[in-house]
Amino acid sequence: MGSLSNVCSIVGIGETDYLVNSGRDPLLLALEAIRKAVDDAGLEPKDIDGIVSSSIDASGSEQFIASNLGLSNVSYTSEVTGLGGAACATVAHAAMAVASGMAHTVVCFRAFTPYDFTVGAKHNQSTLWAKASGVGEFLRPFGWSAMVDTFAMNCRRHMHEYGTTSAQLGAIAVAMRKHASMNPASIRSEPITLEDHQNSPFITQPLRELDGLISNNDGACAMIVTTTERARDLRQKPAKIMAAAQSLGSHPGLLWELSPFKPTITESEAAHIAPRLYAMAGLTPQDIDVAQIYDCYTYTVLTMLEDYGFCKKGEGGSFVEGGRIEIGGELPVNTHGGHLGEAYIHGFTHIVEGVKQMRGTSTAQVEDAETTLVASAVPGPTSALILGR
Amino acid sequence: MTDYAKPLPKVTDESAPFWEGCRAQELRIQRCDSCARFRFPPQKMCRHCNSVEFTWAPVSGKGTVYSFTVPTNTSPGELPARGFDYPYAVALVELEGTDGVRIASNIVDCPVDEIAIDMPVEVTFDQVTDEITLPKFRRV
Repeated sequence: MGSLSNVCSIVGIGETDYLVNSGRDPLLLALEAIRKAVDDAGLEPKDIDGIVSSSIDASGSEQFIASNLGLSNVSYTSEVTGLGGAACATVAHAAMAVASGMAHTVVCFRAFTPYDFTVGAKHNQSTLWAKASGVGEFLRPFGWSAMVDTFAMNCRRHMHEYGTTSAQLGAIAVAMRKHASMNPASIRSEPITLEDHQNSPFITQPLRELDGLISNNDGACAMIVTTTERARDLRQKPAKIMAAAQSLGSHPGLLWELSPFKPTITESEAAHIAPRLYAMAGLTPQDIDVAQIYDCYTYTVLTMLEDYGFCKKGEGGSFVEGGRIEIGGELPVNTHGGHLGEAYIHGFTHIVEGVKQMRGTSTAQVEDAETTLVASAVPGPTSALILGR
Repeated sequence: MTDYAKPLPKVTDESAPFWEGCRAQELRIQRCDSCARFRFPPQKMCRHCNSVEFTWAPVSGKGTVYSFTVPTNTSPGELPARGFDYPYAVALVELEGTDGVRIASNIVDCPVDEIAIDMPVEVTFDQVTDEITLPKFRRV
């Protein structure tokens, strides 16, 4: 069997508006994003014969999607769990289905609502968050209560081992907000300064408020995957899937929240993906023109810049300084503004932005960009793509 | 002690020996009967040799701070309010004699701004209800 590289492309993208505490229905959001992605590609809903979703817990949502869109020829479905790490994996699963002939036109989507996340977490005993047993049993009683605590724990160790500073994290926040200010869809549309970041209060030391994502928005993203050959007859310039990879990391079974229990906590699962990803694309990190890297907190960008080989382990702090990751810099990162500035849809906005960069339609377009890395969340199960023109 | 309002562990069959140990003022960690490696949190099978036989073995309770955080009450709202007294420190403690096994706990009797990575600590047991005693750590 041949390589998956360049066999498939993303030919359609769709996004809803991103709003804070709007109370919108997650299924309606998903349907709107999918309709837009189908229209964008110049296709009809009836053309969809595969559905891949990303979720916190298996939800069976593909049945509601198919029912509402009136799809009668769905021959492939898949649901990737694993929170923010699953985003790029949905595109990988779609590409595999298309390449193998299981389906021809596959939609990937994620609808995110904070009420789903929190209320669902409180009431659905199957969620990670509800559990004071299992992973939570050894964390919650000590006040290790929120996502940020895990990122903060890893970040503190990175600071200890490599001398990484809060101001270096601040350079990441400044870059994301600069890009967000160029993007009319952004929720946090005001740029910030390094001083703003350093004056920002701690949420969990050593992470500050301005190190963190927008956690209370809702919205949805969708993308359509089909063969690169067929993409030539469709409306948009295709974003070729040059490479796709997924990993559970070296210590699977310790869910992301327990990642600080692994032998090495300053290296993420991205380090396991990177060699396979670059080999499939036939590229090196130096060939990447622009990167979309999951940024629930600034620290995940810093560690993934290292783990995807843009700099050595421990040098992420100095790498992000001096505007290197801002538009016009050596490696612009999150040209949409990321989860820190634009909106938080669990890594899907990063895929959409990667496609826009390959089309040449980003609001912070990198001139002549021919390749983009898209990296989903770490720590824990993760996935990534390299898209090409 | 009946007024205790912070989260309590939901003890399972798998974890019960850990909490029984704490009640008996003894820190017990799973140790593989086949290859003698320690592991935490509890797992059904040893990831090194795949043996399902293990013992909840007592450890010294001494260790060092591997990393730590100081949460505030403004963290994004994935969970209901924390109900803790601020400031407090959550630490990952690397346990002596276990080849690097870590557990999560609180550092008590030490101002949060004096806590440092590599600081030596030892376990102290905090009985919070009739059923539950939490292992916490103090500076040594």
